[in-house]
Amino acid sequence: MTSLASTAPSIAADKPRRLWRNRIFMWAMLFCMFVAFGTLVVLLVDTFITGWPAVTKQLLTGLPSTVPAEAGARPAILATLYLGALVLLFSVPIGVLTAIYLEEYANHERWWNRLIEVNIQNLAAVPAIVYGILGLAFIVRGIGVGRVVLAGGLILTLVVLPTVVVSSREAIRAVPDTIRQGAFALGATKWQVVWRQVLPASIPGIATGSILALSRAVGETAPLIMVGAITYVAFNPTLLGPYTALPVQIYNWTRQPSADFQVLAAAGAIVLLVIVLSMNAVAIFLRNRYRRQW
Amino acid sequence: MVSEDMTQMESPRIDSGKIAEVSHGLERSVVERRDKVFSVSDLRVAYGGNIALQDVNLDVHKNTVTAFIGPSGCGKSTFIRCFNRMNDLIPGAKVSGTVLYHGEDLYGRDVDEVEIRRRIGMVFQKPNPFPKSIYDNIAFGPRVLGMDGSMDERVEGSLRQAALWEEVKDRLKDGALGLSGGQQQRLCIARALAVEPEVILMDEPASALDPISTTRIEDLMHELKRNYTIIIVTHNMQQAARVADMTAFFSVLVDEDGAGRRGILVEYDSTTKIFTTPSDKRTEDYVTGRFG
Repeated sequence: MTSLASTAPSIAADKPRRLWRNRIFMWAMLFCMFVAFGTLVVLLVDTFITGWPAVTKQLLTGLPSTVPAEAGARPAILATLYLGALVLLFSVPIGVLTAIYLEEYANHERWWNRLIEVNIQNLAAVPAIVYGILGLAFIVRGIGVGRVVLAGGLILTLVVLPTVVVSSREAIRAVPDTIRQGAFALGATKWQVVWRQVLPASIPGIATGSILALSRAVGETAPLIMVGAITYVAFNPTLLGPYTALPVQIYNWTRQPSADFQVLAAAGAIVLLVIVLSMNAVAIFLRNRYRRQW
Repeated sequence: MVSEDMTQMESPRIDSGKIAEVSHGLERSVVERRDKVFSVSDLRVAYGGNIALQDVNLDVHKNTVTAFIGPSGCGKSTFIRCFNRMNDLIPGAKVSGTVLYHGEDLYGRDVDEVEIRRRIGMVFQKPNPFPKSIYDNIAFGPRVLGMDGSMDERVEGSLRQAALWEEVKDRLKDGALGLSGGQQQRLCIARALAVEPEVILMDEPASALDPISTTRIEDLMHELKRNYTIIIVTHNMQQAARVADMTAFFSVLVDEDGAGRRGILVEYDSTTKIFTTPSDKRTEDYVTGRFG
């Protein structure tokens, strides 16, 4: 043993520069991760410490009030759930069918199809406030829907539709071509191939993308302020009635001078977080449950 | 010096006919007495203006196994896809010349390509079962075509013909992706049989499989030949020799300027003839392993 060790060069580290560099970069990356993640944790913890005492039955089921102790957010919570349902109802069928057309039917040699493809990517990057202005002009005033839940749902649909299209296209593209060929080779028509093979195989991806888009829609404030999600609604919202949404309600509480309203705002933020995070949890569950190895 | 050694090593093999055992091949005269299923004349396939294959003329006869062999890029896979119009699915692909199927033009104006693909089934290079249960894989074809009769019987019959029934009969509801590669490929064969085709096209069906699975697929071809007409593309010459009655050798023709490469049919004859006494020098070089 000793004789072997004496002939071979020592393996004891004398820390050359490249090893130091190796360490420095690892620490730098770790630091960056803490900046990103730490900020989020501090925000969450602060919100929870401030708001948790105010997350009460009163908050969840009460009506808004000018007296902080009596104020609740039931109309806002309900309207947010309605908005979410409307967004799902409109954006999933339109988005998925658009994605199927672009992936399975569109001839990519044609300029108009390429134009649409490029612009869907661009639309996903348009700030939500722009959709708010558009919605105000065309949906609320233009076709005269008014400042109602339905209008809010349509505008949020516009906000997330490009995201739904892009994520559905990715899910459809991930289905291997060999599956399509196998189905065609058995005499299936294009529609049968898409409907019975491609779509079922891409549903986990489509569902994940749609839910993530939905949770973005539920958290949007700016376009809803634009189209008049008014702040004081002392009744349960209806599809064609005035409404406020949870993020708008939170925003308005933060503008109140009384410190008690700040606590309420934090409590409202907790409720919104719970709604959004549980949607994301469903998305992650679906992705892991139905993940496929080809 | 080296080349001389090579020749000495290989010439005895061709003299004794031991390049590959031609075990089951029929005589050409026997094959040609059977009905013509396909009759190909002056076929040319181009992808976006580049010719992939040209000047192909050959007949395929009923209840025989016909093999297409040749080096990669010779257009043999392109050619097999002409028989069920799978090239239609590739944007920019253009097929000219005629392919007659029982005397009818496969590329005629009134032809229903969906019906063609029902009658002319296909098995692909890589097993491609649908991400569904074993049962649903078989049932997919009959369902989309709206075929009558008991689905259970059809599934069992197809799996039996593909020699897979005994292995999967107790787990028909399990996912097909859980089967081994060889089982998946036999499932794909069963799936093709379920729609009652007349012809089965096989594009290198065993190239992704281990030797035991390959043997099973080859045995299966001998069985299926009784009821079906089989066309197989293979890069494995021994496989062609073992399973095929007729063999077509394709090669690559390089343009004078070296820019274009196109596949051509060099020689088409009984497998025995191709592997023992080929008429073309290029075929001889290929089957003796001197080229490709």
